[in-house]
Amino acid sequence: METKNIMIVGVGGQGSLLASKLLGHLLLSQGYDVKVSEVHGMSQRGGSVVTYVRYGDHVYSPVIDRGEADFIVSFELLEAARWLPFLKKDGQIVTNTQQIDPMPVITGAVEYPQDLVEKLRSAGAKVDAMNCLKLAKEAGSAKAVNIVLLGRLSHYFDLPQEAWMASLEANVPAKFLEMNKKAFELGKNAV
Amino acid sequence: MKELMLGNKAVARGLYEAGVCMISSYPGTPSTEITEEAAKYDEIYCEWAPNEKVAMEAAFGACLSGRRSFCGMKHVGLNVAADPLYTMSYTGVNAGMVIGVADDAGMHSSQNEQDSRHHAIASKVPMLEPSDSGEALELTKLAYEISEKFDTPVLIKMCTRVAHSQSVVEPGERIVPVKEYEKNIGKYVMMPGNAKKRHPVVEQRTLDLIEYAETAPVNRVEMGGTGLGIITASTSYQYVKEVFGDSVSVLKLGMTNPLPEKLIRDFAAKVDRLVVVEELDPIIENHVRALGIPVSGKDLLPLVDEFSQNLIAKTLGGEVHDGQTLEEAIPMRPPVMCAGCPHRGLFYTLKKNKCTVLGDIGCYTLGAVQPLGAMEMTLCMGASIGAIHGFNKMLGGGSEGKTVAVIGDSTFMHSGMTGLANVAYNQSNSTVIILDNSITGMTGHQQNPTTGYNIKGDPAGKIDLEALCRAMGFERVSVVDPYNLEECDRVLKEELSAKEPSVIISRRPCALLKYVKHNAPLTVNEEKCIGCKSCMRIGCPAISMKNGKAHVDNTLCVGCEVCSQLCKKDAFESTAKEGQK
Repeated sequence: METKNIMIVGVGGQGSLLASKLLGHLLLSQGYDVKVSEVHGMSQRGGSVVTYVRYGDHVYSPVIDRGEADFIVSFELLEAARWLPFLKKDGQIVTNTQQIDPMPVITGAVEYPQDLVEKLRSAGAKVDAMNCLKLAKEAGSAKAVNIVLLGRLSHYFDLPQEAWMASLEANVPAKFLEMNKKAFELGKNAV
Repeated sequence: MKELMLGNKAVARGLYEAGVCMISSYPGTPSTEITEEAAKYDEIYCEWAPNEKVAMEAAFGACLSGRRSFCGMKHVGLNVAADPLYTMSYTGVNAGMVIGVADDAGMHSSQNEQDSRHHAIASKVPMLEPSDSGEALELTKLAYEISEKFDTPVLIKMCTRVAHSQSVVEPGERIVPVKEYEKNIGKYVMMPGNAKKRHPVVEQRTLDLIEYAETAPVNRVEMGGTGLGIITASTSYQYVKEVFGDSVSVLKLGMTNPLPEKLIRDFAAKVDRLVVVEELDPIIENHVRALGIPVSGKDLLPLVDEFSQNLIAKTLGGEVHDGQTLEEAIPMRPPVMCAGCPHRGLFYTLKKNKCTVLGDIGCYTLGAVQPLGAMEMTLCMGASIGAIHGFNKMLGGGSEGKTVAVIGDSTFMHSGMTGLANVAYNQSNSTVIILDNSITGMTGHQQNPTTGYNIKGDPAGKIDLEALCRAMGFERVSVVDPYNLEECDRVLKEELSAKEPSVIISRRPCALLKYVKHNAPLTVNEEKCIGCKSCMRIGCPAISMKNGKAHVDNTLCVGCEVCSQLCKKDAFESTAKEGQK
């Protein structure tokens, strides 16, 4: 099969590394060749961060380039817009509607763009947007935004539910497992 | 069993399997996880050294003793360790020794984009370059075989995209080869008489290594279409295969120093057009050119930044992908000091006092970013103190009363102490501020000689910064809490006006450390807030303006109260319940 590309984007400190770790584990368990590329160091300090997950029969490049992503999973709305050029023509965005002001907005140098979901749609992207922070809190922790998003992403994959659960079990501490399972279901069934 | 592994973790696994017994490193992105992961194996003695030079010398001592050893660092760290490296090339090794160096093309977290291969060439030390995690594990093990077979230290070069990408590896068993230490003055004492005899040995070794490179499986030819032949290495190989698959022929070099000759000639003869695809400098290309073979490279591809599949496709004629863009400009999201970062209060004080700030390498380099904009120079580890001395010596009274050097605790241990010795010895009236956040912050919380803990988190020796500075001859050494703006301002003014050199230690642990207990988040009393934006001057990511009033994001705020000290209307209030902090 052709290599498939998932980008996970967000703001440094939001927990995107766990999401990519879980996806990597899941896809490897399904027999795919997998590459996951992360960012460490300075850009982690509240900056824009991106993780690439690629899978298929044989994956070469560890990164995803412009126009190549089948999915963009975004932890924050502005970041979904920032990385839009990396989405394939018929690609799918799955995004949290949470907004985190970047420093130029905080200092008043620029404004946070309005109506981004609509603008992304009129640019031709398929957008699945939901308030993941609200769902995560409903599941029991504001930190479970990543698992809510993965739950929603699972909606688009033809993979057995048990495989997702097995990856969840392998990658989150036992004491948080039930909470995360709930977050996953809330994301999966979100409308 | 196959597993997905970070490139750096795969190197650590390779070290374990190769029977390495000793690792000494200094953290630096993107190399840090090699040593952090290796430290999880109880069989390997691991440590953070004060700097890369010390780390390399410690690892050399271990290899001399007869145990396989390793030291890891980022590209600029190899500059610091260049001194031992160039002469270790002459002494050779006893048990195998490997140096891991991680380049950062694209400068994701570095101050320059230098190409470490130059050090391999100049020091005449062989260099291996993996292109993914599987190769990282295999080449790490191979590096020890080469080290012992050819009696040389070996460099293994990572880059951000190999170091920080996960791909599939198949771990194996650990085997520990051990050698005896034998006194050998002619080999290990590099004074002129002995070194003169060793240099020809080094030159012969390079010839032997070239012969090895001609046929070793580490360099491989993948024949495909013969219209285009590409010589490549490291992550560039992956981009080339991504774009062209088997439609071109590829000579993939796993060893980039020394480079083969016959292998390249034979490959060139089989293809119509030859191109070298390598990030940063034209090292393979220049070698091919010197062999008299027509070749393209940097005439097509950039000398700067990292490559990608689209770049290769655009340049060499593959399928280029593109996506949609919004018409609207998307605001940048640069990295910022975290909410509650202890550096913020100190930098605010420096800005308020209109100080000229000579800076250094660490999270606090973000003090140069708006709205603080309070740093005017950053060069390399330790340069803040080195430079303030020269600056003040020249400008004297014109700068002594307003210029400061700022340097973190770990950076001070790395290279700041010698600069401070120069200030003490040659007596410039300089004010040095040590930002002691009790950890090496930027690289992800590594212990250092001032923290009192070792790499495993166990109690260790602890260097007393105040005592150290006094022992160097500084009479004026003071400690401030950067959360206390009044104290910072008072002490800064006192020390700048003093007629002798002084050290201010700004001490508070990094807000991200797990053991740090935070206060309840603050909230803004909207009736008191007049929207004057005084609190916005510190650039805290938790504070923004909403409908003309300050607003605190309670998921980010850690209640440090630096903002409260700027508010003349006492509009910031704690959300703590009665009896809590």
